Amino acid sequence: MDNNWPIWEVFLRSKNGLNHKHVGSLHAADAEMAMQNARDVYTRRNEGISIWVVESKHIAASDPDEGESLFDPANDKVYRHPTFYNLPDELKHM
Amino acid sequence: MANHLHNFLIHLGDNALILGHRLSELTGHGPVLEQDMAMTNIALDLVGQTRNIFQVAAKIQGEGASEDSIAYTRDATAYKNVLLVEQKNGDFAKTVTRQFFYDAFNYHAYLRLQKSSNKDIAAFADKAIKEITYHLKWSAEWVIRLGDGTEESNKRINAAIESLWPYTGEMFKFADYEIACHEEGIFPDIHSIKADWDEEVKNVFAEATLTVPEDAWMHDGGKRGVHSEHLGFLLAEMQFLQRAYPGQEW
Repeated sequence: MDNNWPIWEVFLRSKNGLNHKHVGSLHAADAEMAMQNARDVYTRRNEGISIWVVESKHIAASDPDEGESLFDPANDKVYRHPTFYNLPDELKHM
Repeated sequence: MANHLHNFLIHLGDNALILGHRLSELTGHGPVLEQDMAMTNIALDLVGQTRNIFQVAAKIQGEGASEDSIAYTRDATAYKNVLLVEQKNGDFAKTVTRQFFYDAFNYHAYLRLQKSSNKDIAAFADKAIKEITYHLKWSAEWVIRLGDGTEESNKRINAAIESLWPYTGEMFKFADYEIACHEEGIFPDIHSIKADWDEEVKNVFAEATLTVPEDAWMHDGGKRGVHSEHLGFLLAEMQFLQRAYPGQEW
């Protein structure tokens, strides 16, 4: 079978309150099929309660060659990270 | 032993088991990975449903019967599945068409079984209906895409409809044990299933730009153990291990 179906990216929300998270990609002819395929390929073991699919061509991605200019400047600005606070012992989940 | 109830359970279980086995034959052979998984999932659902049904049947049967002895040690003539589900997979269009015709029936049958006067049946129907709802969605969406797809896909699904249509009538030709169960409220409202099925097929075919075939001569026999030649081959493969090594576990 000649397979020219477009590629779709799949995002799952594992439970309420959490964000949708990218889990992988698949082939499908249209959005409805992409949704069904995502259900069959990625939610067999209770992984999700909500599915997003988006055709891969609609994703704008950053250019790896621009990595330095995009991300390196954040490295030497330690004051942007909340690392200078002493957390009380009672405080969990930070 | 309530014979009609036992026969009815065997019939229900055999439908699910044989169609599940047919689909399992495609594991690793699907047209694309995504559909390979979809069909394997449906096969697993159906075999799971079979287990629930045969556990109830085994309880009625007694005499050391189990879900496994019922599935693996009966001969073809003791099987009561409809002929539709034992038909060979053929191409993808045929697999999908067989699934759609059966799912549309199964969905409306299980909606009724949820209201069964038999507690065990109502309980497993309640569990299975969620899976069956998805099966119907899957097969209906594919009928629409193949019918309203390319010239090739349209040609193939039309050929599949033509070859499988004569097997659809048997689902609505109720066996003695189904009528007896109907009278006891075990299988409510069976006479309206055909109208619901017709409606389902009409709507999906309309969207798929397919024509519903005219009423025609229909095969039957499966419900009383008279099967097509395909079932024997299927059982030979499915039952081999338990027949050659009785009681073997893994």
